[in-house]
Amino acid sequence: MTSLAPWEIWLVMGLAGAGTLALRYSFIGLLKRSADEIPDLARRALRLIPAAVLAALITPSLTHPDLIFDPWTERMLAGIVAAVVAWRTKNVLVTIAVGMATLWLLQAIS
Amino acid sequence: MRRQNFRAGVLTIAPILIGVVPFGIIAGVAAVESGLSSLQAIVFSPVVFAGASQLAAYELIGRDAAVVVIVATVVVINSRFVMYSASLAPHFVSATTPQKLATSYLLTDQAFAVWIIRYGREDESTELKLAYYFGAALALFVTWQSSTIVGVVLGSGIPPEWSLDFAIPLVFLALLFPAITDRATSVAAIVGGLTAVVAQPLAYNLGLPLAAVVGIATGLIAESRR
Repeated sequence: MTSLAPWEIWLVMGLAGAGTLALRYSFIGLLKRSADEIPDLARRALRLIPAAVLAALITPSLTHPDLIFDPWTERMLAGIVAAVVAWRTKNVLVTIAVGMATLWLLQAIS
Repeated sequence: MRRQNFRAGVLTIAPILIGVVPFGIIAGVAAVESGLSSLQAIVFSPVVFAGASQLAAYELIGRDAAVVVIVATVVVINSRFVMYSASLAPHFVSATTPQKLATSYLLTDQAFAVWIIRYGREDESTELKLAYYFGAALALFVTWQSSTIVGVVLGSGIPPEWSLDFAIPLVFLALLFPAITDRATSVAAIVGGLTAVVAQPLAYNLGLPLAAVVGIATGLIAESRR
C-alpha cells in the first residue's frame, strides 16, 4: 500500500498521461508534408522496429535474472513451445491456448 | 468502403483482444493492490492507456517511489511509441488535426502491429487507412478499459497460480512472427530479444529501448552487408 498522497497520484497520472500522448503524437503531429521528409536510413530502420521491439518485449518475460545459471524456467519452455506454434500457425488464439496450457502443465508436474 | 475497413480492423484485432483481457484485469488488480483508490485506478487507465507502463507505475507507486521517478519510468517504457508514430506519420500526413490526435491517443503495440502488417505492403486512401486503424485501435481501447475496470472490481480475488500475466508475452509472440519477413528483420528480432535479456537489470526498464535500438542497428548492418 502506498503512502503517496492522493494529489501525488493524480499528479503522476496527469504527467504520465501528457508525456505518453506527446510521445505518440511526436511524428504523427509534426510531419507536415510527405514521407519524403523521412531520410532513407530512418525509413529502413522503421521497417525493423516491430521485429526488434516485439522480441525485446517478449524475452525478459521468459527468463529470470539468473539466466546464465538456470535458463530453463517453466516460462522459457512454455514460450519455446508457443513460439513454434506462433511460427507455424501465425494464429494469436492458438498461440495463447497452447502457451498457457503448456505453462499450467509444467507447473502441475514440477 | 469506410465501414468495411473499420469492420476489417475490428475483426483482425479480435483474436488479440482475448490476450488483452487478462492483461487488463491484471492491471486493474495491480492498481488497487498498490494502494490507488477505485476512482484513481479506473481513471488512470484511459489517461495513460499503455499497459506495460501502467503496470510499472503501479509497482513504483506501491513502493513509494518519487513522482519524478514514476513519470520518467512511464516515459522511458513508452518511448517506443515515437518509433510507431514515425512509422505511421507518412500515411496520415493529409489527416485533420483531430484525426491525428485521435490516432496518437489510440496508438498501442497491438493496433500498430495489426495496422502495419496490412499497410506495410499495400496502400489505400488516407480515409480508408484511418478507418481500418480506428476499427482496430478503438476495439482495443474499449476492451482494455472494460477489462481494467473488471480488474479493479475484482481487486485481489484472482489467484496468482493461474499465471494469467503469461498471456502478455504470448500475444507479443504471435505478433512477432508475421513481422519477421527476411534476414534483416530476423537479425533485428534475435539481437533485440537477446539484448533485452542481458539489459534487464538496468534501472527504470531502460533495457527495452536499448534493446530495440541495438536490434534495429544490427539489422541495418546485416541488411547493408548483403
